[in-house]
Amino acid sequence: MDTLKALLVILMSSVLVNNYVLNKFLGICPFLGVSKKLDQAAGMGTAVTFVMLVATAVTWPIQTFVLDKLGLGYLQTIVFILVIATLVQFVEIILKKYIPALHKSLGVYLPLITTNCAVLGVTINNIKDGYNFLEAMVSSLGCGLGFLLAMVLFAGVRSRLDSANIPESFKGLPVTLAAASIVSMSFMGFAGVVDKLFA
Amino acid sequence: MNDSLLTAVLVAVGVLVAIGLLCALILVIAAKFFAVKVDEKELKIRACFPGANCGACGFTGCDGYAKALAGDPTLPANLCVPGGESTAKQLGEVLGVSVDAAARQVAYVHCNGTCANTEEKYDYKGIPTCAGAKLFYGGDGACTTGCLGYGDCAKVCPSAAIFNNNGVACVDPAKCTGCGLCAKACPNLVIRLIPADAGTVVTCNNKEKGAIATKQCRNSCIGCKKCELHCHNGAIKVVENYAHIDYTKCDGCHECEGLCPRHTIKHVDFKQAQ
Repeated sequence: MDTLKALLVILMSSVLVNNYVLNKFLGICPFLGVSKKLDQAAGMGTAVTFVMLVATAVTWPIQTFVLDKLGLGYLQTIVFILVIATLVQFVEIILKKYIPALHKSLGVYLPLITTNCAVLGVTINNIKDGYNFLEAMVSSLGCGLGFLLAMVLFAGVRSRLDSANIPESFKGLPVTLAAASIVSMSFMGFAGVVDKLFA
Repeated sequence: MNDSLLTAVLVAVGVLVAIGLLCALILVIAAKFFAVKVDEKELKIRACFPGANCGACGFTGCDGYAKALAGDPTLPANLCVPGGESTAKQLGEVLGVSVDAAARQVAYVHCNGTCANTEEKYDYKGIPTCAGAKLFYGGDGACTTGCLGYGDCAKVCPSAAIFNNNGVACVDPAKCTGCGLCAKACPNLVIRLIPADAGTVVTCNNKEKGAIATKQCRNSCIGCKKCELHCHNGAIKVVENYAHIDYTKCDGCHECEGLCPRHTIKHVDFKQAQ
């Protein structure tokens, strides 16, 4: 029961409190770039969630059973980048072969995720927080869902921006950044909520 | 001391190289075993298209049309409007048949209700789109069937050919590829595709009767049928109180232009613009 509760806390805190986009400011590039349309934002969010899960499933054992055993913890960053890049390429090849429809709808997002710092951030933070394998997986799932949530919310905000009467000098990126900061501030309201949630 | 340092470096390098090689190996194997066969013909056909993905051919973008053409040789190969002659020629070489280019068309805004010619009915402050303005009593212009001027057409135009000319959308015929996306976007159906060799256009879309149309816009067609009666080819028909030109019958004599009491029928030359 305690483990379940701990996992739930990890899940909820990574979705809401420690949201990667809105709280840690990782993965801002796709957050601003692919949030123009709701379906694209949801597609990107799903793809990132999937890649985060698979990346953690691969990098956690590598860190624990290879790097830590050999005392090579300092190689973490470069090894993780290498592994994640390979992984995304591998997933792309498999998808192209077996689920071409999904591959087509993900389109350019999969290669984009290769260099997404949110994915690298999740894998590194999972190690840093000392999670075991199960906790790390739950944390990645939460981070992915948090990313998806942020993308979908922001796509909604941006669709409203499209029809708003914005001063000429604020049009485009400036108003998008201002909106992003307001959405980000709204997530500060979740700070401190999660600990009490399952108490 | 030196030895242990050397070992540490060598182990680090060795592990990194090993992981790198392993990753490369996995990718090579995956690329070999899970390779997807791409139809070469499809690729060649796809290369012929301009890649505007406008959907004028009726398929889902250029990829969709290329796939359909590669799979079904009986399909007409001249459906690509933006590609025009050069695409038809390349396609003919790839498919081994002669392909006649689709007749080039350009989009034309059949309205001249500029700020100088017509008035605003009310001050619209809603969502700045034509579709939004149209919802409020048919738009903010005095004429409810003319160009609304909020640029829904310009937003969908893949070749940025549409600009706002004094309150009315205007298509640059040199940039227009004739894909027809703007015609679909216009809530008043003011934009229609006409042949690129057309020389005469009716610059009005007003469906009201003469007296009302005159009040609404200084450029309006009042449906007097002077042009219809004069045209010796029977190319002009007044339907719904404004003149329509049938370009399959029009021989480009331009006689109707001088005849129109409202100067609504105008002379155009799209060829010169290219």
